[in-house]
Amino acid sequence: MNRFSYARPGSVADALREVASNPAAKILAGGTNLVDLMKYEVERPTHLVDVSRLPGLKEIEETETGGLRIGALVTNTAAAYDERVKERYPLLSSAILAGATAQLRNAATTGGNLLQRTRCYYFYDAAMPCNKRVPGSGCPAKQGVNRIHAILGTSEHCIATHPSDMCVALAALEAVVKVAGPNGERDIPLADFHRLPGNMPEKDTNLHADEIVLAVELPEPRFAGKHHTYLKLRDRLSYAFALVSVAVALEMDGDRVAEARIALGGVAHKPWRVPEAEDLLRGKVPDRALFASVSQRLLEGAQGHGGNDFKVPLAHRAVIRALSQAAAGTPQSHTDKRIQ
Amino acid sequence: MHENQRAGMFQPHDTALHQPHVGAPRNRVDGRAKVTGAARYAAEYTAPDLAYGHVVSGAIAKGRIRSIDISAAMAVPGVVQVFTHENRPRTAWRSKAYQDEVAPPGTPFRPLYDEKILYSGQPVALVVAEDSEIARYAASLVRVTYEEEKHETDLAKVRAQAYKPPKTRSGMAPPAPRGDAEAGFGAAPVKVDESYRIAIEHHNPMELHASTVVWEGGGRITVYDKIQGVQNTQSYITHVFGLSKDDVHVKSPFVGGAFGSGLRPQYQLFLAVMAALELKRSVRVMLTRDQMFTFTYRPDALQDMAIAANPDGELQAIRHDVIGNTSTFEDYQESIVSWSAMMYHCDNVATTYKLAQTDTYTPGDMRAPGAPTGMFALESAMDELSYRLGMDPLQLRLKNYAEINEGDGKPFTSKELRAAYQLGAERFGWARRNPKPRSMKEGRELIGWGMASGMWEAQMQKTTARATLTIDGKLEVGTATADIGTGTYTILTQIAADALGLPMEKVTALVGDSKLPFSPVEGGSWAAASAGTAVHLACNTVREQLFKYARGMDGSPLANAEIGRVAFRNGRMELISDPSRFVTIQDAMRAGAVDRIEAEETGSPSRITQLRYAAYTHSAIFAEVRVDEELGRIRVTRIVDAVAAGRILNPKTARSQILGGVVFGIGMALTEESMMDHHLGRFMNHNYAEYHIPVNADVHDIDVIFVEEHEDKINPIGVKGLGEIGIVGTAAAIANAVFHATGKRVRHLPITVDRLLEMEDAD
Repeated sequence: MNRFSYARPGSVADALREVASNPAAKILAGGTNLVDLMKYEVERPTHLVDVSRLPGLKEIEETETGGLRIGALVTNTAAAYDERVKERYPLLSSAILAGATAQLRNAATTGGNLLQRTRCYYFYDAAMPCNKRVPGSGCPAKQGVNRIHAILGTSEHCIATHPSDMCVALAALEAVVKVAGPNGERDIPLADFHRLPGNMPEKDTNLHADEIVLAVELPEPRFAGKHHTYLKLRDRLSYAFALVSVAVALEMDGDRVAEARIALGGVAHKPWRVPEAEDLLRGKVPDRALFASVSQRLLEGAQGHGGNDFKVPLAHRAVIRALSQAAAGTPQSHTDKRIQ
Repeated sequence: MHENQRAGMFQPHDTALHQPHVGAPRNRVDGRAKVTGAARYAAEYTAPDLAYGHVVSGAIAKGRIRSIDISAAMAVPGVVQVFTHENRPRTAWRSKAYQDEVAPPGTPFRPLYDEKILYSGQPVALVVAEDSEIARYAASLVRVTYEEEKHETDLAKVRAQAYKPPKTRSGMAPPAPRGDAEAGFGAAPVKVDESYRIAIEHHNPMELHASTVVWEGGGRITVYDKIQGVQNTQSYITHVFGLSKDDVHVKSPFVGGAFGSGLRPQYQLFLAVMAALELKRSVRVMLTRDQMFTFTYRPDALQDMAIAANPDGELQAIRHDVIGNTSTFEDYQESIVSWSAMMYHCDNVATTYKLAQTDTYTPGDMRAPGAPTGMFALESAMDELSYRLGMDPLQLRLKNYAEINEGDGKPFTSKELRAAYQLGAERFGWARRNPKPRSMKEGRELIGWGMASGMWEAQMQKTTARATLTIDGKLEVGTATADIGTGTYTILTQIAADALGLPMEKVTALVGDSKLPFSPVEGGSWAAASAGTAVHLACNTVREQLFKYARGMDGSPLANAEIGRVAFRNGRMELISDPSRFVTIQDAMRAGAVDRIEAEETGSPSRITQLRYAAYTHSAIFAEVRVDEELGRIRVTRIVDAVAAGRILNPKTARSQILGGVVFGIGMALTEESMMDHHLGRFMNHNYAEYHIPVNADVHDIDVIFVEEHEDKINPIGVKGLGEIGIVGTAAAIANAVFHATGKRVRHLPITVDRLLEMEDAD
């Protein structure tokens, strides 16, 4: 771990000034990811701006449009168990509880979860090349150990995935990220928050270096019923990142689907959504054949790199299963790990 | 707690021995110290002026260091010294000096010896600084350039170069062939001829490897080392650094898991001692979690297994050919094929065991080294054979039950495997199994029931212990073995307490100190038998001396009694036939005019017994899996493990040993794999998040049965050991259950979702 200076600003405005003062500054909140990355020399910030005690960012509040605003410093645990979140956005609660461990969720924050970095083995090993860590150094994952890597939206420079579970649900729920910068506040739709690697794999998100996340805002709840699921497939039943995960939220009109949202985790550099695939469900009576065609559309162009070839068929099956769970109104439990 | 915990305890051999503790489920005597943090581990000892070393790990798998630039690191305030191969102090030049007690044949790895790189992650420098953060930061500033050479880390690619190890590791002689395996195989009508492979696994103990070397002045050091044998560390240091035993005091009172990774002194010990001696100050070196993947591991093995039977299931031939990987500098060997020659009655058996070199560190002993590897192949093949025969897998085992050790023709000292099969099957409900694969289902999940056998050596090693009884009625026993979390402290306390009729609170057991009487490394499941016997013998000598004093008292109530007619209990010696006639410990010692009685005794395995008998533990494991086939998800919902291991000293700690072994087996079967990037020659998933040890959610019901097994030959306490038998057949039983559930035979562990889905393509 390199040496760094440390500041604990008292307000968002002070925090913004601290961040602007040093291009190699990093924001520290729960520290569950950043501190690990610093220990392994993956992140080497020279200035840490500790926002963990900033006032006004730890609340979950009602919005004027009937939604919820989850402050950037609300812990994963607090968000997952909040009665309003559980009741109105059960998909989000479920996705958060599928992630990490109870201890990590107690420390990890909403803002930090948005900004967590990939679990690519090569990114984490500072002695190895990695275009995301050292642009231009190469991507050994393409020919290497890549069973956890992306099958969609990859580039020749990077095949890493975004590791968050929470963000997959937020993508499905069309959340908006509220950020503050030197020129005031702005909104970034979750769908535009994370990037594909393209030729700048070092850049995970569209958040500017001098901006900080204030909150995540959820729109008026539409998927509060039981027709949702977060299905996460992984190598062990807890404390493992998703090989493939699927967030599904359905609004039913009798036996027909009125509205559908589907997002995938573990398959790309960002939560993966294809609105055209969701459109296929609208107005239809759900059945397996329909789910299969949705899955085909959703995973169009999916391509493995050897070790992760299995993710393509596995993702298809996971989508179909998750749609079946959501349509049946039997969401995946994250305490009983049995899959319905 | 299970009702079966008291099963398996037979009457003490010495009927006069009153034994309230041995055989009873006692809590760990060190439990409180561990949960309160009072128990200190190697990296938790401190010293005034302690300096901290951080290891710089190499980045390539093979080649040379072209240059190593330490200037930026040295410039960091607080950095004391950066050691490299260029400036290291001189140590022993003969490689033999680096051979520790359990080193395999070859030239041990010598840290910072020269510019050669032998494996990826090899330590190339040690940065010593005033605090650990400075050391870690400065380590990141050491710049190393390399001249790379072509490496090979894939065992499959070097199989053509496999060789029979020219020097056999002690105790690893391959079994002699018998009969004609080729002819037997050719003639038999029902055959299985398949290849099996396991994944490389790292031990991954919770406690990181660490050594704290306290500079005592005058060239003397006290070393707190994470090690399974303090005297192994001590002799390694004296040989490598040319010190005398009196100058090197090694302690390791608590070890936070090791599973074999602490059998041999690891490189952090060398580096810490080197730095302390050179700087003449105390130094601690603790590895990071990723550096835990830069030394020993369970080796890869390519296994070909061919077995054949008559239509009635009688085995006609077993052929087991194995190539294991080793490093380029040592010939590590383990028992993979020997089980195939012993497990079943079969007249025609041939095995081969070869090594092939990869550009990796030397593999090492990891929980039951070789046995779960070999048994995965043998017990999978037996399962496959049972389906081809249309015979119940358990019936096939019973049909070929080995009454004697088929490997060498010797009878067993004891073998209650038949009872283990029976009790395990009953508890599991095996009789209700529908033999047809894919026939059992609940909801979306296919249910599979599989079984396997386990076998491990019941060993004993020469060990010395001391017992000291003081007039305040306290007893101290000690030997230089280790308690790596297995419960050694507790069982030694139980044995000692019973020998002298004391409550356990009056007994202190000491281990993990090089000044204690001789003990070999703790490993091979021999610690309970070896240290237990030595303590038992030392206490018996104290007991006899004490009894002499009691009998010699003026007007002694025990004047004419034989020791065999006296019970030692409640701090006194009383006549069994008339407990009102007794002498207290204090009175006896006063009569003898002593305030302490001390005895040191050595327990050795009986050569005659070893010549005449074969000594092994056995187990029968039954596993239930539930498989969501479409999603490739396997849950191990139930395990019954029936173990025949002689006398069970403490059913509570014994059960924990088996539970831990079974969980190890679940990991081996389904999740654990050190993933090597063969282009880079480096293990890539080097942390707890990406190397998947089973977590609580992966572990369901595990039912442990200790089968009653009278053992009176291998040692005076009838103990066979339990550290390893829990893992041995577990992976095979789970793989067999997966086949029963799905009809898919995965012959490459771990059975991850990708391997299961691959089988569909093969169908």
